[in-house]
Amino acid sequence: MTDTLLFYLLVASFLWAAGLHGLIVARHVLRRVIAVNIMTAGVFLALVTLAARAPEPDPVLHALVLTGLVISVSATALALHLGTAAFSTEKPEPTTR
Amino acid sequence: MMGGPWLFDIALGVLLVVLAIASIHARNLYAGVVMFISFGLVAALTWTYLGAPDLALAEAAISAGLTGVLLFAALARIGNTGSTPFTPRRLPALLCLAVAGLLMVTLWPLARNPSVLPGMAMANLPRTGVDNPVTGVLLNFRAWDTLLELAVLLVALLGSRGLRPTPEEEPVPWPLLTAWSRLLVPLLTLFGGYLLWRGGNWPGGAFQAGAMLAAGAVLLRLNGLLPEVAWRNPVVRGLTIAGLALFATIAALTAWLGDGWLNYPPGTDNALMMLIEIIATLSIATVLTLLVAGNKTELEP
Repeated sequence: MTDTLLFYLLVASFLWAAGLHGLIVARHVLRRVIAVNIMTAGVFLALVTLAARAPEPDPVLHALVLTGLVISVSATALALHLGTAAFSTEKPEPTTR
Repeated sequence: MMGGPWLFDIALGVLLVVLAIASIHARNLYAGVVMFISFGLVAALTWTYLGAPDLALAEAAISAGLTGVLLFAALARIGNTGSTPFTPRRLPALLCLAVAGLLMVTLWPLARNPSVLPGMAMANLPRTGVDNPVTGVLLNFRAWDTLLELAVLLVALLGSRGLRPTPEEEPVPWPLLTAWSRLLVPLLTLFGGYLLWRGGNWPGGAFQAGAMLAAGAVLLRLNGLLPEVAWRNPVVRGLTIAGLALFATIAALTAWLGDGWLNYPPGTDNALMMLIEIIATLSIATVLTLLVAGNKTELEP
C-alpha cells in the first residue's frame, strides 16, 4: 500500500513541477492559467494520496480539497477575466462614456 | 509486485503527467484546452480510485465542465496571438526537476506517518447528525472554512464584475446541442437535488450539487435557452449573497446566544446543516453561473 502512495506522491510532485515549468516558460495568459491549474491539481493529488494512508480515508483532507476545487475554479474565472481585460486594452474599442 | 493493480496505477500516473504537460505546451491552444479537460476527467478517475468519490463528483463537474467552458470562452476572446511554442531551454527544466525531487523528499516521510485526525473525526461524527464524514467536516467541524470559502467565491465574482465588460458575440447554438441540453438539464437538476439530499449520508453535498446546477445553467445559457443571468435581477443578487448571509447569521447567533462561534446547539445540528446546505447550494450555483456565463454587456446604460 505504501508503495502505491509513494508512486502517487511522485506523480503529484511531477505535476506541480510541470506546472511551475509551464509558468516559467509559457508566455500566453491561457497557458499560464492552465499551468497554475496543473499545479493545484498536483497539490490536490498529494492531499488525496495522504488521505488514503489509513484504511479509512481522511475526511478532513477530502473536505480541504473540495474547498480547494471550488476556490480554484473561482480564481481561474477571475484570472481569465483579468487576462481578457488586459488583452482588450491593447486594441481599445470605443467607450460610450 | 507488478501485478494488475500496479498497471492501473502506472497508467493513471503516466496519463496525468503526459496530459498535464501536453495541456500546457500543446502547439495549438485549442488542443491544449481539450487536453486540460481530459486531464480533469483523468483526475476525477484518480480521486475515485483513491477512495474520494465526493471529490470525483466535484472535479468532473468543475474542472472538466466549468473550467473548460471558461477556458474556451477566454480562448474565443483572446485568440491564439502570442502563443508561439517556447524554445526549449535547459535551465528551467533542470530547476523544475530539482523542485520535483525536493518535493518528493519532503512528502516521503508523510506517507509513513498516519494522522490522528481521521480517528478524531470519525469518533465525533455521531454528534453531527450526518453519516458522510466529508459533509460533517465541511459543515460542522470546519464550518469556518466553508463560511470563508463562500466569501472567497463572492469576492471573485465582485472582482470579475468590477472589470470592464468585454463585448462578446453570442455564437449560434448548434441544433444537436440545443436538443441535447433540453434533455440533459432536467436530469442534471434532478441529479443535483439528489446529491444535495443524499449528501448527509452518502458522497455528495452542497458543493457537488451547486456545481451540477451551475453546469446545467451554463449549458442552457450557452444555447441561448436561458434568457439572461442578469446582475440587475434582484433574485440573482439575493441568491449570490444568501449563502454567506445565512451562514454568517447562524455563526453570529451561535456566538451571541449559544456556546460559541458556529457551535450548533445540541439537537439542531442536522436541521441547521441541511438549511445551510440548501441555501449554499443555490448560492454556489448562482455565483459559478455568473462567473462562467454571466451577462457581460449589461453594465452599459
